Amino acid sequence: MDCCNRIDKKFFNAKKLSKKVFLIYITAGYPNLKITEELILGFSKIGVDIVELGVPFSDPIADGPTIQKASKEALDNNVNLSKIFKIVRKIRNKTEIGLIIMTYYNVIYQYGLKRFIADCKKVGIDGIIIPDLIPEESKYLVKLSKKHNVRLIFLLAPTSSLDRIKLVSKYSSGFIYCVSLTGVTGERSNLPEIRDYINKVRRHTDKPIAVGFGVSKSYQVKKVLKYADGVIIGSAVIKEIERNINKKNLVENVLKFVSKLKEERERVNKVKKKRLSYV
Amino acid sequence: MMPDKKGYFGKYGGVFVPETLIPALKILEKEYLKAKKDKNFQKELRYYLNTYAGRPTPLYFAKRLSQELGPKIYLKREDLLHTGAHKINNTIGQILLAIRMKKKRIIAETGAGQHGVATATVASKFGLKCDIYMGEEDCKRQSLNVYRMKLLGARVIPVSSGTKTLKDALNEALRDWVTNVQNTYYLLGSVTGPHPYPMIVRDFQSVIGKETFKQILDLEGRLPDYLIACVGGGSNSIGLFHPFYKYKRVKFIGVEAGGLGLRTEKHAATLTRGKPGILHGSFSYLLQNKYGQISSTHSIAAGLDYPGVGPEHSFYKDTGRALYLAVTDKEALQAFKLLSEIEGIIPALESAHALGYLIKYKSKFRKDDIVVVNLSGRGDKDIYGLLQ
Repeated sequence: MDCCNRIDKKFFNAKKLSKKVFLIYITAGYPNLKITEELILGFSKIGVDIVELGVPFSDPIADGPTIQKASKEALDNNVNLSKIFKIVRKIRNKTEIGLIIMTYYNVIYQYGLKRFIADCKKVGIDGIIIPDLIPEESKYLVKLSKKHNVRLIFLLAPTSSLDRIKLVSKYSSGFIYCVSLTGVTGERSNLPEIRDYINKVRRHTDKPIAVGFGVSKSYQVKKVLKYADGVIIGSAVIKEIERNINKKNLVENVLKFVSKLKEERERVNKVKKKRLSYV
Repeated sequence: MMPDKKGYFGKYGGVFVPETLIPALKILEKEYLKAKKDKNFQKELRYYLNTYAGRPTPLYFAKRLSQELGPKIYLKREDLLHTGAHKINNTIGQILLAIRMKKKRIIAETGAGQHGVATATVASKFGLKCDIYMGEEDCKRQSLNVYRMKLLGARVIPVSSGTKTLKDALNEALRDWVTNVQNTYYLLGSVTGPHPYPMIVRDFQSVIGKETFKQILDLEGRLPDYLIACVGGGSNSIGLFHPFYKYKRVKFIGVEAGGLGLRTEKHAATLTRGKPGILHGSFSYLLQNKYGQISSTHSIAAGLDYPGVGPEHSFYKDTGRALYLAVTDKEALQAFKLLSEIEGIIPALESAHALGYLIKYKSKFRKDDIVVVNLSGRGDKDIYGLLQ
């Protein structure tokens, strides 16, 4: 483990205590950057381990309607990478929460790959997720991120063949993002069975595995954490923000909502601990 | 041979899509390369192109237009094909691939509706389920094509996100494909998208240029001086250009949609005004702002109203193999009227852009220049909109 990267630290410490890692996605700048800032600090207080900050893109092909809508509003508010870096820099000395930038490749490409990674490092971004970038197309970015100690997280899908699993396991750093289903982001009442899929990935890597896409309910968190090291919740949180838009206690309500989902993780953690104490 | 193994034309192209789609793209590439070498596949393709689509199309000497404008002008009559545009060259090819791959459902995006109609047509002919994504804005301005698709048994899904045009229809088609990749074949309509699509669509559309090559030699005993075609995503132009690639004396001119003018923001002149970036699966020129957000575009021709372009065109641009320019809505309309009045041919507004270039720059051509213009589609679909 690299001692300086918060993502590594979170997964390492969690594993040591046989705990699970809890990740939340929010669209930066939805409904505005001030609330984004408050939410991150709030998440930190209630024990969320890592926050994925979605940088809005005009054509988010991996996202369902909920995040599409949030992205569009953020763009209408003229949110961009520089502004997001600014708020990260501002809150970095107040929290040790893991911070990941999640965005589409063109946004980063136009910012300049070198400048982007350097700025991530400078403001305290720990990792990057780019849903439309596969390892074969990212040789340079892999090199840059390694050099600056920023984790570059690649994705796997239920459709991934064995050689894809091997390739992604080799190049992904921080953790491996396993997409729970074939499809775009967004809440689902039914998640597919992920046991075989996650176990298959597990056989080919010793890197942590986090599962996202479609996870929105407590029972789903529980199900996912039975097999994965971490769980990522996105659209459900955006929906909760949407429900509280223009309300004074937006942040408070969203934190309550996330705490509730997190309880499921605590339960999984406890059960694990119990089991451990029998050993 | 372009593209290379990773799908690159020079530095353009590649594969920029969610991991979920990678296995499907690899299988598609493998299957296509097999089919390409398979004599039976080629024979079957040829059979349907000839007996169903109506190939070969004539290379017509436009005498009065030539007198009016100067050079010797030939029109490649893709407008005479079944469904009224070149799009069917590609949809027949790809549906045969889909059948080989045992897919039961076809999806496609469409702008002007021409690719949608050509897809719905072959889906109907071969008995496959078909869903077409089309921007709400385009559904309105091309309502005739919406009706045609429905008549052909396809489901037309209006897309209300973003700019409500082709770009957003593509987003939605990609989202559908990510979701249903196991049973669905994505029949992409232009030389855009992730590898292997730009290669597959180019190969199927190259029948245009291959025929032209033979026809012009028969008619004139030499190769043409200029090939002119409109460029949206770039399938009809690549189809015409590609077989002439090695013959450097044949100049390629790609005409983009200048909309209300290049000084305004209301145009779709991607190669003329854009810069390289990543959209819809490949690295190519794009219209975008400095933050990498994709611009909304405008053109009177729905089929050109797209902020991206096929990667092979980006390669042609950078290497100087082709020249890309823009023609405005107004200039295209002028060409639309002229061809209707003096040749008895009503061109699609898209194709009218190619003719518009010829009118605009007629003084640049010599009298003994031979010019081939790709008349990629017929204009019936546009008349209703123009009346309003």
